[in-house]
Amino acid sequence: MLLALLQSVLDAAPALVFAAVGATLSERAGVVNVGVEGMMRAGAFAAAAAALVMPTPLGVLVGVAAGALVAALHATLCIHARSDQVVSGMAINLVLLALGQFLLEAAFSSPSGTPPIEQLPKWLGHSPLTWLAVVLPFVVHGAVMRTPWGLRLRAVGEKPQAVAAMGVRVTRLRFGAVVLSGGLAGLGGAQLSTAVLDRFENHMPAGLGFMAVAAMVFGRWSPLGAAGAALFFAFGNALRISLASSAPGLLEVVPKGFLLALPYALTLVVLALQPRGASRAPAALGQPYDPELR
Amino acid sequence: MGIALRHISKRFGSQVALDDVSLELERGERVALVGENGAGKSSLMNVLYGLYAADAGDIALDGAPVRIRTPADALARGIGMVHQHFTLVRTLSVAENVVLGNEPTRGGLLDLPRAIAEVQATCRRFGFELDPRARVDALTVGSQQKVEIVKALHRGVSTLILDEPTAVLTPQEADELFAVTRKLADEGLTVVLISHKLREVLSFATRIAVMRRGKKVAEVKPADATPESLAALMVGARTPPPPPPASTPGEVVVALERVTAGRLKEVSLEVRAGEVLGIAGVDGNGQRELAEVLTGLRRVEAGALRLAGEGRPLTPRQARALGVAHVPEDRLHHGIVTDFTVAENVSLGRHRLAPFAKGALIDFAGRLGRTSALLESHDVRPREPGLRMGALSGGNQQKLVVGRELDAAPKLLVAVQPTRGLDLAAVDAVRARLLDFRAKGGAVVLVSLDLDEVLALSDRVVVLYEGRVTGGFARAAFDERVLGRRMLGVRDA
Repeated sequence: MLLALLQSVLDAAPALVFAAVGATLSERAGVVNVGVEGMMRAGAFAAAAAALVMPTPLGVLVGVAAGALVAALHATLCIHARSDQVVSGMAINLVLLALGQFLLEAAFSSPSGTPPIEQLPKWLGHSPLTWLAVVLPFVVHGAVMRTPWGLRLRAVGEKPQAVAAMGVRVTRLRFGAVVLSGGLAGLGGAQLSTAVLDRFENHMPAGLGFMAVAAMVFGRWSPLGAAGAALFFAFGNALRISLASSAPGLLEVVPKGFLLALPYALTLVVLALQPRGASRAPAALGQPYDPELR
Repeated sequence: MGIALRHISKRFGSQVALDDVSLELERGERVALVGENGAGKSSLMNVLYGLYAADAGDIALDGAPVRIRTPADALARGIGMVHQHFTLVRTLSVAENVVLGNEPTRGGLLDLPRAIAEVQATCRRFGFELDPRARVDALTVGSQQKVEIVKALHRGVSTLILDEPTAVLTPQEADELFAVTRKLADEGLTVVLISHKLREVLSFATRIAVMRRGKKVAEVKPADATPESLAALMVGARTPPPPPPASTPGEVVVALERVTAGRLKEVSLEVRAGEVLGIAGVDGNGQRELAEVLTGLRRVEAGALRLAGEGRPLTPRQARALGVAHVPEDRLHHGIVTDFTVAENVSLGRHRLAPFAKGALIDFAGRLGRTSALLESHDVRPREPGLRMGALSGGNQQKLVVGRELDAAPKLLVAVQPTRGLDLAAVDAVRARLLDFRAKGGAVVLVSLDLDEVLALSDRVVVLYEGRVTGGFARAAFDERVLGRRMLGVRDA
C-alpha cells in the first residue's frame, strides 16, 4: 500500500510543485499572485484542447503559453494599472472559472469535459512532467539564489526603489516574473489534463491553485521550500485517495466529506502550526511601484 | 565644464514642484541646495537622476544636450544619487546591494566572491570601513549611509548628489561624512548637497543655491552668507523664535525608577511640571520604548513608574485619564486617520467624552464646535472640520495633532519627533506650542533625533545609549560634542 501511495504522489504532486514554485517567482518580485488557480485552469484547458489537434507535448506548451498569457493580464493590471493585486488575482480566478465552462459548452457541447486525448507518454512508469518536477525546483532555486537576475528579483520584492536607483527597470523585471509564474502554473494545469487524466474536466484544478499558494507561504517564499511543501500537501491528497480505495470500510465510519477535506484541513493545520514570524513575506509584497510617488 | 540644468519645470497634478529652474555644476565643485520642505530641491535632483521626467527644460553635459530618462541613463553619464530615504535592500548583504544592477558573473551565475572583493577594493580606495559580507539590516544608520555612497562610487560616478545625508547621523558621523566627501571633491568629484542644516551647508559648500516654492531665488558664496541670511532667503520673511526663558520647575509629574521594558534598561529619571526634558540618542537606543512606557503602550517589565503621584498606568486609556498626552513619532500611522475627517480626528482619544459624545451617541454639534475652535486657536488651515485629514499638508496635520493633545489639558506631553518633515513655519508653530505648554506649568518629554532641536527646546537633556542613560545635562552644561560622544556610548570626554 505504501508503494502505491508513493506512486500516486509522483503522479499528483507535479501540478502542485510547478504552481507553487511559479508562485514564489511572482511574489519574490513583490506581486501577490492568488490567481494561480485561474492560471492553472487556463493551462489545463488549453493543453487538452490543443492536444485534440496536435501532438500532446505541443499541447502542453500551449498550456504553458495560456497560463503565461493570463499572468500577463494580471501583471498589466497590477504593475501598470496599479490595481489591487489580491482583487486582480481573485477576478482572474472567477473569470477563468466561467470562461472554462463557457468554452466547454461552446466548443465541445459538453458541460463536464473535453473529449479524451492521447496522454503524455510514460518514461520509467511516469510522465516526463513528473521527472521535470523533480529537477525544476532546483533549477529555479538556483536561478533565484545564484544569478544576477535572481538577485534583482529578490531585491525588487524587498525594495523596488533600490533596484530602480541602480538603473534596473522595475516594471520589466516584475512583469517577467509574473509571466514566468503564470507559465509554470499553466504547466501545472497542463499536467492535470495531459498526464494525470487524459482530458480537461470542468472541476480542474479543484483548489490546487490555492494549495499551491499555501505551499509557497509554508515554504517561506523559497522555490525549494515551496516544492517541499507542495510534496507534503500532495502526500495528504494521495493519502485520502488511498484510504478511500484501500479501506472501503472506513467510509462507513468517517463521512466521505471529511475524507475529501483531508488535504485542505492538513493545509490549514500546517499553516496554523507554523512558528510565528517564521515566514516573512517580501517587504514590498503587494505594493505597486510608483517612481514619482511623493 | 560640467552639468547644466536649463529651465526645468515639473508639476505634480496641480502642484508646481519646479518652476523654470536653472543650475550649473562645475567639475569638483561642492554645491549646496537649500530650501524648505517642498521647495523643490529633491525634485530638481530627481530630474537630474532620471527619476522624474521634467515637463519642460533640458540638461546639458559639457555643453552638449543629453536625455536622462532613467537612473540607468544618469549612471551611464556618471551621475549618482544618495537618497534621503535609503534605497537599500535590508535583507541582502552590503556587497549584494552595491553590485545590484551591475553584477559580476561567472558562467552566468552571480560571482559573489568577486563582488565582495570588488566592493572591498572600492571601500579601501575611498576610505570607507565596511564589511561587504554584513547584512544591511545589521548595520547602524551611519554605516547604511556609507553603503549608499559606496554604491554610487562603485559605479564610478563623477557627480554625487547627497539628499539630506546627515538627517539621521550623529555630529561625529556627519563630520566624518563631510571629511570623506570633501576629499573626494578635491580629487575631482562634483558634489551636490541637499540640506536644510544651514551651518553644515556653510562649512561644506563652495556655492549655495537657495530654492523657495519651486524657484531658485538666489545663489550665494558661503563667505557672503550667514545662517540668518540664508534662512531669510529660504522663507522670505521669518523671525526665528527667541530662546525659551529659564524654567521654574514645579512638582514631579512623572518618575521612573530603574524601569526596564524591551530595549530600555534600568532607566531612572523624573520630569517636573514646567520643564522640557529632552531625550537625545541615535535612533533605536530605547527612545521609542521610553515613549511607549510613558504613554501606556508598553508594559513595564521591572522597576516602577509613578505618574502624578499615582500608580503606574497600565493601558493607554488609563494613561490618558491620568493626564498624559502623546504626539507620536509616526503621525500617519499613530497620530491620525487620513481617511477620517478633521473633526473625527480631533475626537479620537476623547470620542466617548463630552463634548464629543452624548451618552452612547456621537455629539456632532459639540464635535464641530470644538473642532472649529481648535482649528482657529492652533491656526490649522484650511479651517474646514469636514475635510479629509489626508488632504491637509503635513505641517497642518501635525499642528492639529499637537492641538488635539494639548486640548485635553494634560499634565505631561510626550512628544516624539514632533517637527520631523515639517517646513520651517510649521516647525516654529509646533515648537512654540510646546514651550507655551511648558510656560503654563506642563511637563514635556521631548524625544528627537535632531540634536539641534533637543538643545533648542530642553531645560534638561538625558542621553540614551543601548537603552541606558549615559548622561544627564542641565541647559547650562549643553555641549554638542560631549552629547554626541555619549550618544555613541563613548564614556570619557
